[in-house]
Amino acid sequence: MAVSHCFSRAASAFTAVLLFSFGCVAASHIEDQAEQFFRSGHTNNWAVLVCTSRFWFNYRHVANTLSVYRSVKRLGIPDSHIVLMLADDMACNPRNPKPATVFSHKNMELNVYGDDVEVDYRSYEVTVENFLRVLTGRIPPSTPRSKRLLSDDRSNILIYMTGHGGNGFLKFQDSEEITNIELADAFEQMWQKRRYNELLFIIDTCQGASMYERFYSPNIMALASSQVGEDSLSHQPDPAIGVHLMDRYTFYVLEFLEEINPASQTNMNDLFQVCPKSLCVSTPGHRTDLFQRDPKNVLITDFFGSVRKVEITTETINLQQDSEIMESSYKEDQMDEELMEPLKYAEQLPVAQIIHQKPKLKDWHPPGGFILGLWALIIMVFFKTYGIKHMKFIF
Amino acid sequence: MAAAMPLALFVLQLLGPGGWCLAEPQRDSLREELVITPLPSGDVAATFQFRTRWDSELQREGVSHYRLFPKALGQLISKYSLRELHLSFTQGFWRTRYWGPPFLQAPSGAELWVWFQDTVTNVDKSWKELSNVLSGIFCASLNFIDSTNTVTPTASFKPLGLANDTDHYFLRYAVLPREVVCTENLTPWKKLLPCSSKAGLSVLLKADRLFHTSYHSQAVHIRPVCRNARCTSISWELRQTLSVVFDAFITGQGKKDWSLFRMFSRTLTEPCPLASESRVYVDITNYNQDNETLEVNPPPTTTYQDVILGTRKTYAIYDLLDTATINNSRNLNIQLKWKRPAENGYIHYQPAQDRLQPHLLEMLIQLPANSVTKVSIQFERALLKWTEYTPDPNHGFYVSPSVLSALVPSMVAAKPVDWEESPLFNSLFPVSDGSNYFVRLYTEPLLVNLPTPDFSMPYNVICLTCTVVAVCYGSFYNLLTRTFHIEEPRTGGLAKRLANLIRRIRGVPLL
Repeated sequence: MAVSHCFSRAASAFTAVLLFSFGCVAASHIEDQAEQFFRSGHTNNWAVLVCTSRFWFNYRHVANTLSVYRSVKRLGIPDSHIVLMLADDMACNPRNPKPATVFSHKNMELNVYGDDVEVDYRSYEVTVENFLRVLTGRIPPSTPRSKRLLSDDRSNILIYMTGHGGNGFLKFQDSEEITNIELADAFEQMWQKRRYNELLFIIDTCQGASMYERFYSPNIMALASSQVGEDSLSHQPDPAIGVHLMDRYTFYVLEFLEEINPASQTNMNDLFQVCPKSLCVSTPGHRTDLFQRDPKNVLITDFFGSVRKVEITTETINLQQDSEIMESSYKEDQMDEELMEPLKYAEQLPVAQIIHQKPKLKDWHPPGGFILGLWALIIMVFFKTYGIKHMKFIF
Repeated sequence: MAAAMPLALFVLQLLGPGGWCLAEPQRDSLREELVITPLPSGDVAATFQFRTRWDSELQREGVSHYRLFPKALGQLISKYSLRELHLSFTQGFWRTRYWGPPFLQAPSGAELWVWFQDTVTNVDKSWKELSNVLSGIFCASLNFIDSTNTVTPTASFKPLGLANDTDHYFLRYAVLPREVVCTENLTPWKKLLPCSSKAGLSVLLKADRLFHTSYHSQAVHIRPVCRNARCTSISWELRQTLSVVFDAFITGQGKKDWSLFRMFSRTLTEPCPLASESRVYVDITNYNQDNETLEVNPPPTTTYQDVILGTRKTYAIYDLLDTATINNSRNLNIQLKWKRPAENGYIHYQPAQDRLQPHLLEMLIQLPANSVTKVSIQFERALLKWTEYTPDPNHGFYVSPSVLSALVPSMVAAKPVDWEESPLFNSLFPVSDGSNYFVRLYTEPLLVNLPTPDFSMPYNVICLTCTVVAVCYGSFYNLLTRTFHIEEPRTGGLAKRLANLIRRIRGVPLL
């Protein structure tokens, strides 16, 4: 009896242990699934970086955009996935004492322009229309690939804008503005067309928080350098260059990003704390109510870095010369050689030929719709007035 | 996938030994060259040329094997049926007066001209699409090229490559003068080179030095050329050229000594392994063994002489493929030194200090015979204080004449004379050497109109102001301080009027 009791005890203990282990496995499985749910489901990263200011004294806006460009490239997003829009050229500006450079720190410590920069939209191409076309994808068919935002529904997009702004608008190149409503509608179009998975919007202008007030599409997180009614201030001037080099908010964001590497686990809550009022003078703001995940689970590299599909293999692959193709094309050329007669170069300035050439007659085009319509109107009025019997005088 | 790999390898190895033992002649070749030309003004010009020649018919379908010829440009040629393409980006202007004639000049901004093949049906549509594609490749705003800035020249532009007939309908030309050229245009240009910027002459192409210049021009030229002397078949030639002019004063010191390190902050270490020819040419036309004006270090092994742009020039050649060129020091830093100072043996200049002392410029010049020498000085006109003007400032201000003191060789040797014996007109200047005589000449004084203020202005202002003040203020004062009372109309007979007349005379109030 004692033995059977012992045995049943052992059996129950054993089943308990078994259940417990099953439970453990199940719990860890659920935990994994839960973690998957909180991790972002994006497969590629894009960045749209816009500087909207023209003229030499707005050097700092170009430096802002280029420092974000530099960080984003360093953390892994390739040039083909970055649309960089700079409204004016500071690096090769005649007023720049060190050509081909744009500095972010005084005493010329850090050249954010670099040697490998690719600007997709520059100078007069940075307009509100082009920006909205890039975002929504409604681009003329002849636009080259590097100027398109080819995102899909699994893309995380970082949008950074800087320039001069006010309550509800951002100024483009001193001649036009984009309002917060237009921007919100553009993002809604992107959502309807499934052009993004998650979107991070950062703006560094005066009264920047007004630009994200009107967003209504899901999965958008927004940061701004100042609240409505506040100005964003610039950081430090450089006496050799003569202008302010960076804005405060982006300067501290750049310092923060320089600490990040592609494998870091820093999350968005740290980015929200980046520039307190003591350093920035303005109050940076953020908006996360449209975002589904908790910001503390969102990694910085979800937006600033890049997802790469890398398969590591230890096998060696031998590349063979495909001489078959080369041989066949060489033979075809040899056949052609005997057929053609000798060619010659054109004379660069054949004076006799030029003097005696006849100017080409312009092609005759039939009269267009307007002229035809006008004549039809005149004839109609004439007949209505005088009656059809006058036709015999015409024919 | 892992299982398929060894199978594929196995299959390839079956096919392989049939062909790969033969040494196939390569279909494309690369030549790179750098020409360094010291300019008469003390600056130095450097011209890079990278030329890839591809013996292939790009029009035929199925060309997919690109080795040295960049794929981006090859696909452009076949897709848009190009015969020639010339695209250049330039910042600055080539100053022919100071620098001499250029090898290849380009207009400021971006210039694109293209000859299409005669199989193209809609040339304007292809032109628009081509400029859009090029704007993406070179990161430039070439998409602004449209019918408003495109022309079809009829005589000035003939094909630079092979052409059997030239119907100008297939030519388009556009210039965008506002286009800026900066590192973002240089980066894709460098990526088209076979060795990129890793080896050969392209290691010298660093943006921070190349844009700190008076003139920067980079270009891409594609054209068909003869494959051999018989010229029965076509090869495609891609030339990428880059010309820069380094300014003596921008890059410091104003001395005319140059070296590769000073110009590019790099030296050459190896030729591009894919290049069949890699050379540096230095213009040593001014190098004369006797005078020793220009010294080139390290001394060249070979030279090249030819008539270039109308004059006979000599070039020193440094061949990077020749192992003797880069042997001991592991790098090649070509230095140019001017041994003798400039023709002006002595210059003394004392700048002016405002209201203290004037400018003084003294120069010792040796004038060659039968020549014209012009000396010019730029000056700015400053604004004087109003008390410093003379009563007649509209006459102008005088600049004192210049003095020319010269030793002129005389045709006949003169003997030194005794001053007491000779007439007075012969003893004005002491003669030390009979072969030349001293003479002192003066130029005309210069009359300069300075900006003259209007001195009658204060008088006019006072008159106007006083008038305005008198009219306005005076009226207001009267309105505010005078009292007004109504006067009754006078009624009454003759008697009353006479009485009032007498009362008025007396000064007594009227009835």
